[in-house]
Amino acid sequence: MTFGKTIHGLGQAIGGLGLSVAGLLTAVVPAFAQDAASSAPAAPSALATGAAQGAAVASGAGSYTPMKPVEGIGMPIDGAYGLQTQFSKTGEYGEWIHDIILMPIITAICVLVLALLVVIAVRFNRRRNPVASKTSHNTLLEVVWTLVPVLILIGIAVPSIDLIAKQYKPAPEGALTIKVTGNQWFWTYGYPDNGDFEVISNMLNIPGQPVINNGVREVGSKPWDGPSHLEVDNRMVVPVGEPIRLQITAADVIHSFAVPSLWFKLDAVPGRINEKVLVVEKPGVYYGQCSELCGAKHGYMPIAVEALPRAQYNAWVLTHAGGAIDTGKKPAAAAATPAPAADASEAPAPDATAEAE
Amino acid sequence: MATTADHFQAHSEDHGHHDHDHKPAFFARWFMSTNHKDIGTMYLIFAIIAGIVGGAISGMMRVELAHPGIQYLDTFARWFGAVNPDFNTTLHTWNVLITAHGLIMVFFMVMPAMIGGFGNWFVPLMIGAPDMAFPRMNNISFWLTVAGFFSLMCSAFVPGGTGNGAGTGWTVYAPLSTSGSPGPAVDFGIFSLHLAGAGSIMGAINFITTILNMRAPGMTLHKMPLFVWSMLVTAFLLLLSLPVLAAAITMLLTDRNFGTTFFDASGGGDPILYQHLFWFFGHPEVYIMILPGFGIISQIVSTFSKKPVFGYLGMAYAMVAIGVVGFIVWAHHMYATGLSVNTKMYFTAATMVIAVPTGIKIFSWIATMWGGSVTFKSPMVWALGFIFLFTVGGVTGVVLANGGVDDVMHDTYYVVAHFHYVLSLGAVTALFAGFYYWFPKMSGRMHSEFLAHVHFVIFFIGVNMIFFPMHFLGLQGMPRRYPDYAEAYEHWNHVATIGYMVMATSLVVWFINIIYAYTAGKKAEDNYWGEGATTLEWTLTSPPPYHQFETLPVIGDTVHH
Repeated sequence: MTFGKTIHGLGQAIGGLGLSVAGLLTAVVPAFAQDAASSAPAAPSALATGAAQGAAVASGAGSYTPMKPVEGIGMPIDGAYGLQTQFSKTGEYGEWIHDIILMPIITAICVLVLALLVVIAVRFNRRRNPVASKTSHNTLLEVVWTLVPVLILIGIAVPSIDLIAKQYKPAPEGALTIKVTGNQWFWTYGYPDNGDFEVISNMLNIPGQPVINNGVREVGSKPWDGPSHLEVDNRMVVPVGEPIRLQITAADVIHSFAVPSLWFKLDAVPGRINEKVLVVEKPGVYYGQCSELCGAKHGYMPIAVEALPRAQYNAWVLTHAGGAIDTGKKPAAAAATPAPAADASEAPAPDATAEAE
Repeated sequence: MATTADHFQAHSEDHGHHDHDHKPAFFARWFMSTNHKDIGTMYLIFAIIAGIVGGAISGMMRVELAHPGIQYLDTFARWFGAVNPDFNTTLHTWNVLITAHGLIMVFFMVMPAMIGGFGNWFVPLMIGAPDMAFPRMNNISFWLTVAGFFSLMCSAFVPGGTGNGAGTGWTVYAPLSTSGSPGPAVDFGIFSLHLAGAGSIMGAINFITTILNMRAPGMTLHKMPLFVWSMLVTAFLLLLSLPVLAAAITMLLTDRNFGTTFFDASGGGDPILYQHLFWFFGHPEVYIMILPGFGIISQIVSTFSKKPVFGYLGMAYAMVAIGVVGFIVWAHHMYATGLSVNTKMYFTAATMVIAVPTGIKIFSWIATMWGGSVTFKSPMVWALGFIFLFTVGGVTGVVLANGGVDDVMHDTYYVVAHFHYVLSLGAVTALFAGFYYWFPKMSGRMHSEFLAHVHFVIFFIGVNMIFFPMHFLGLQGMPRRYPDYAEAYEHWNHVATIGYMVMATSLVVWFINIIYAYTAGKKAEDNYWGEGATTLEWTLTSPPPYHQFETLPVIGDTVHH
């Protein structure tokens, strides 16, 4: 990295701030409640071909080739200064709140304070203004700078509280359940609706570094491998476009299941099951990392979520011993009539604190 | 270094010139001290030493983070006594570094400097009191803090699970800190917090008693300088929050050693309970670190604008409001733990409320300067830097307050950027502002204004280079407490490491300035900042006499800060 690149990055950052201010003027509230199916944009071509390959092999039941991730999608970008592109409805809403509401407001506040300080330096220095005024009260001014922030905060709070409410929308009845368990230092994914098989997910070893996981290959040795530090041997595969009920817990200490591009972060706490719905809008591979300090190899237990169309997901399920397709579940129909509360019929959650009211 | 013989000579000279002072001999003066100014000086020296240790640790972290991969941790592991460390031990060393950096900077740098140092020195001087209410307890407070620091240092060299030292993070979350960390290191760490906490509680009692009972005749609460107000609010926050921390870490200790299961789900306990208890202390703690800074900045802004503080009562009660609201927002540190939807909504709303009194303070400082005759002496440029940097740190706090947005920010570098903007750039900038404001008063020697300005400019560039890119890293999803990261995080991490070097250079300028002041600095006048400085410490000599205000000053009706 050169100093020039740094300056370029700073220039980008300043440009980005300007853009976000301009965005405030032209912003339109995204239709959050819009039907997921109708609004899903076309997948990037590489993803589409990956999906097509998968579909081709899916005819022979139980065959599966991991998807090749797209550079810059579902993973961080070097030198970037904003949020990762979002691939869930809550993510798009959250990104909108951050980019269109919060960023312009906080930028404006900082610019205002800086401008006032500059004016003071120019106009009220000792040379320009040798005799200080003795003003120390102005009730109107004090009321204004108390009430205006209150109004701004109310303006922020309305969409913010709305976002929290939407994040806690319960999973529809019949939604696929996946059980996520954090361990020192890997993740396991249980599929109780698909014959209760378990996937153990370890980070791929990094070339030129000490072996982190014995028996696991190095990253880059397969054509579909994503970035080092983020890619795993066995990804958490999920069906795309469906609400999935994630039940998250831990076996030893607290971990946190986090995927930035899916606006998802929930702690894995031993003795508790935290539950939250995940809907991935587009097929693809989305990377995340453990986000609660969990000991020595905290930095080496990434998360890779691979979202596949239903047919390929079913094919992937059948590659596992005891894997069974979850028939009889109609998530699309169920989504129209959300369940009033978490269903007690399957996978009871003794401590599901993330249930909606 | 003065030898003992030199000292006794100097001492006898003391008696010749300032016989009324009755300074005790060296050992009695510095080891059995009951003088608030001596104890304040010891706190400041202690905070500088602890700050050098904590700052060196951040340097170790920044060089490791300059590039992806593990480069230096193996060497650092050997420093902590590991022989041929395996990879887990090497990585454990990282967690020891982050833990030590956090605990040192919070408990042994910012708090001793703000409260023990400037608080001890200037609360009695500003309220016209001869000393603190409980001078001997003041001494115990200091030595308990030193003992706590010693205990924390010990913990780095004894086993803590996968390697030497406590690798739990400064939050010491269970069960990583209980079943996850066998060995005595975490016990040493907990003991360290007990000692430092006991010292702080005694200090808080001392300040409350002093401020409520020992103000000079005529100095009503509403005539107290804002720095004293800030110390009063801070002392109450300490008194109310630290016992909760003490309880929580005592339960950790019994979980670790005596088979209790307060935080162990397999025995009916709950790991999240620990987080509630910790953050019930932890959130007021962040205001404990910044409120004295608010007080320092208020004094400086008023002095160098030659104007009384704008909206004095609003400023005082804004601090009270921040203190009160600070107790009911703790779970915004726990948005990702699986709080219920209503809890998350409540804490989002309550947290945002804090922005209102904070905004009142920022705008009142600006209004104080507005219409003033401002001189840009070193304390003032640091104060201006503080106001801007604290604003930046404050607004990212508003972003993080949103429970829904925090889902993507939580435990990323965005949080690291936020709290370093309010602490490393906010509280530390306020400390330097206070240092340059009062150093000649404390030492009797003027520092170099030129070097102080150079120090400010380099420091300002450096810290912004370290911490501004961390916002970008956080938005891109880089988690905290990682010794190694994906290649896509390299660019901004590299910038931050260069920023650290810049910041470290500025500290060299600072040390040179201190040496300059003691070797070549002019003798300081009583009131070297001139007509704007109106509080009582400026009526005394620089340095003040060993015992001041033997005749209490009387505050007239017209005096109003």
